[in-house]
Amino acid sequence: MNGLVGRKAGMTQVFSDDGDEVPVTILEMGPCFVTQVKTGEVDGYSAVQLGFDPFTKKNPEKMAKPQRVMFEKRNLKPQKVLREVKLAPGQEEPKIGDEIKVDIFQDVSHVSVTAISKGRGFAGVVKRHGFSGAPMSHGAHEQFRHPGSVGMHSMPGRVLKGKKLPGQMGNERVTILNLSVVRLFPERNLMLVRGAVPGPNGGLVMVTKSSRAKIRVKQAEPAKKGKK
Amino acid sequence: MSLSSVDYVEAQYMKKKTPEFKVGDTVRVSFRVVEGEKERIQVVEGVVISKKHGGIREMFTIRKVSSGFGVERSFPLHSPRVEEIEVVRGGKIRRAKLYYLRKLRGKAARLAERF
Repeated sequence: MNGLVGRKAGMTQVFSDDGDEVPVTILEMGPCFVTQVKTGEVDGYSAVQLGFDPFTKKNPEKMAKPQRVMFEKRNLKPQKVLREVKLAPGQEEPKIGDEIKVDIFQDVSHVSVTAISKGRGFAGVVKRHGFSGAPMSHGAHEQFRHPGSVGMHSMPGRVLKGKKLPGQMGNERVTILNLSVVRLFPERNLMLVRGAVPGPNGGLVMVTKSSRAKIRVKQAEPAKKGKK
Repeated sequence: MSLSSVDYVEAQYMKKKTPEFKVGDTVRVSFRVVEGEKERIQVVEGVVISKKHGGIREMFTIRKVSSGFGVERSFPLHSPRVEEIEVVRGGKIRRAKLYYLRKLRGKAARLAERF
């Protein structure tokens, strides 16, 4: 299995074995259940659909019928969230109903985390693009956080594409690559990841094994030899 | 399961017992220093002038006047590098942060003893 669904619990700091303070994000991962296995023959690609977060409302009709029937037919407990995850190459296909837990990350040093970032609404150019704004004094007026000039004169006579302007900021899907895994707590389905993760506490996150970490290691080795 | 996930993780890293000391106390801190391969214990003594944050982030600062220069050092209370904290002398104080000591020299910078 290449990834898992979970929720962001919050941030704190922990101590490494050397005594260094490490900023970490705590992720409550899974347990997830396999709800569907997609195969090359039937679906054209191979992946696994995972269900996460048990549906706890007493009235089963609160869940839409197509989803509810899907779970009933497969004899599974209904789950609120369904996400698809790729299989690791050469990995055996899991069965429907299999439980997947954090321990799939046991030997993984780096992961990528995907989540929906906090929405900041329609943000100005200072907040959204880090413009420095205009002077607060020296006669400046009514122009403190404006974007300034957006282009040239009649040549080219238009605003260039990609110009940084105000607009919607946040509330978009963001993937942070190569966060290092600090520690797992399989007894509580927790995972500690170094650094920050997009989204609010309690927000849904997708964690996948990093494919890039390997590339980074490969590049680092020859460089070392060259120095010595 | 009553603990939240964050509290649970923090509890794993916090010291079960932290030495009791207060702001104003003169303490001796044994601190593990790693220099390359070697590891040794450094002992620093000074007056605790602040304790802040609390929980796993709790930090304390000690101050000492060393050959005419004020030297301050902050430690994370729960760091495994802080091996031992020993109270040498209690101090009688009236505020939580003793930053005013920075402006005082010599006799004025003393604290009355607390028993």
